[in-house]
Amino acid sequence: MIARAVLATALLAASSALLAGEAMTGEVQKQATNWTAILMFLAFIVGTMGITKWAAKRNTSTSDYYTAGGGITGFQNGLAIAGDYMSAASFLGISALVYSSGYDGLIYSIGFLVGWPLILFIIAERLRNLGKFTFSDVASYRLGQTEIRLLSAFGSLVVVAFYLIAQMVGAGKLIQLLFGLDYMVAVVLVGVLMIVYVFFGGMLATTWVQIIKAVLLLSGASFMAFMVLKSVNFDVVKMFSDAIAIHPKHDAIMAPGGLVSDPISAISLGMALMFGTAGLPHILMRFFTVADAREARKSVFYATGFIGYFYILTFVIGFGAILLVMTNPEFKDAAGAIVGGTNMVAVHLASAVGGNVFLGFISAVAFATILAVVAGLTLAGASAVSHDLYACVIKGGYTKDGGRATEDDAMRVTKITTLALGVVAILLGIIFEKQNIAFMVGLAFSIAASCNFPVLLLSMYWKDLTTRGALIGGALGLLTALVLTILSPTVWVDVLGNTSAIFPWKYPALFSVTTAFVGIWFFSITDKSKAAQEARAKFIPQFVRSQTGLGAAGASAH
Amino acid sequence: MQETNDDIQRIYEDPRFKELVAKKSGFANLLSVIILGAYFAFILLIAFDPKLLGIPVVEGSPITWGIPMGVGIILLSFLLTGVYTLRANGEFDNLTKEVLSEVQK
Repeated sequence: MIARAVLATALLAASSALLAGEAMTGEVQKQATNWTAILMFLAFIVGTMGITKWAAKRNTSTSDYYTAGGGITGFQNGLAIAGDYMSAASFLGISALVYSSGYDGLIYSIGFLVGWPLILFIIAERLRNLGKFTFSDVASYRLGQTEIRLLSAFGSLVVVAFYLIAQMVGAGKLIQLLFGLDYMVAVVLVGVLMIVYVFFGGMLATTWVQIIKAVLLLSGASFMAFMVLKSVNFDVVKMFSDAIAIHPKHDAIMAPGGLVSDPISAISLGMALMFGTAGLPHILMRFFTVADAREARKSVFYATGFIGYFYILTFVIGFGAILLVMTNPEFKDAAGAIVGGTNMVAVHLASAVGGNVFLGFISAVAFATILAVVAGLTLAGASAVSHDLYACVIKGGYTKDGGRATEDDAMRVTKITTLALGVVAILLGIIFEKQNIAFMVGLAFSIAASCNFPVLLLSMYWKDLTTRGALIGGALGLLTALVLTILSPTVWVDVLGNTSAIFPWKYPALFSVTTAFVGIWFFSITDKSKAAQEARAKFIPQFVRSQTGLGAAGASAH
Repeated sequence: MQETNDDIQRIYEDPRFKELVAKKSGFANLLSVIILGAYFAFILLIAFDPKLLGIPVVEGSPITWGIPMGVGIILLSFLLTGVYTLRANGEFDNLTKEVLSEVQK
């Protein structure tokens, strides 16, 4: 038993790459200024600024601003979701993981994909039928507005903050690598562009930035995968055989390595990825941009297709890098290591298969990718502050629903929040430059899975849910995820420098998600208050609406 | 259109609404169990017996069982979302329209 625990800990130490790929960690060296990449990126900026200007003219109400007026089609939204979800770090990180460990890269991608079918089956259409701007609308539908909105807005902001830090630091490092710009310049540039998109263009501009980025990234990755397959005469067996012959780990790259080791960590990670995806505020928000449940379902179908296709491409690209980058001294420094670090293999492969122009293209796409992701996060953060906290909690609702928040006030708060979030993101990006942030994306997913997801799910499915239960259980889930992450090896040992972790597993989700569900259940069934009876009585109207879309917020007129 | 409590009660008691809910939930639950089962089986296999996925599909082939299984889960995810969307946007939505037409007359 002890031997087994020791083995598990040893294996865990070897698996630190997981989720870290998403956060782009490690030292990077600044590269020579790449003018082709900069020109292509400028073309992207000019194009998207044009879209932002067009979107700004069409944004006349809060509904336009947060949901693009609900007029996005299922196909467009599917692309935009894919654009929101496929980060630059996951493109470079997964191909790097495939390059260094082979099969483990595929395990990692699968985890990020399997949450999507679940979102479709249990979340998407009820969410669309019940909500208006944010998932808090749904969670607080029949519960205490103030308490539940406070909780879910807080849950959203925490998730957005950790995700945003990971993206900003990744962006700074990546741009340093690809464009040869200073880290500081890169972070400020990303922050400023993100503010411009969201501040002026709202959801409409953000959606189109995400769509364009998704198309560019998928085309670029398709071209790379095609060229890799062409180099082996479209013989996949040859691709694998050659890779096994070249790679120092040989046939070990065709089997699971040390990435997922002991069962507790494995299940915990699986739960964080699956349920966390269903609790990400910037992803859930995308379901309000389509007209109805029908389009919401189509969105997930297309998104799953695009994201799945993308992960298969990155697998091929990783193997292509083993064939074409590992063997090429041009991409290695004097010591034989990859120039710029392992995260650069996909970029080197771009140069190997498409020359300098394609290298510039892929670099520009990576930059565009970062912008699309941070814009989505910022919009989700801004809507949590202005819609949930300001309009619904502080002002008691919008004037047309009998509250005291006018549309103009809400818009003003949104814009101030967007500016503030942009500045905070830039500052955090600078503060965390030298920090080990590998745990942050994992933490964001764990909190989303342990607070946002249980509250949202039970608010739609469980009749006996009460405000007290949701509030206490959700808060317990959030706290458990946070505390266990701090006590886990990723923070306690890797960041704080202690020799051994108090909580032995890397991911808290198994414990924190369970805590949340048990907490919500216990504090709901023991709740005998009048408010609890009212919440239970409102379940039938909510249920009918969630199933049929009766009275759901539709597309605005244009 | 503003729905009233009467409308809601009428829909809730409509046998077609009950049929819609039963069919839709049954189907959604079935597909959820399939994808959850497939993924956690995969993860547990990796945790308990990683060597199994490293066995070649055919003796001497570089392709191991892990490849078709991994790619299979990706394809399964896509397939299941397609199947659900097709049935929900057709059969279930038609049923929903029938139920709603009752109160929108």
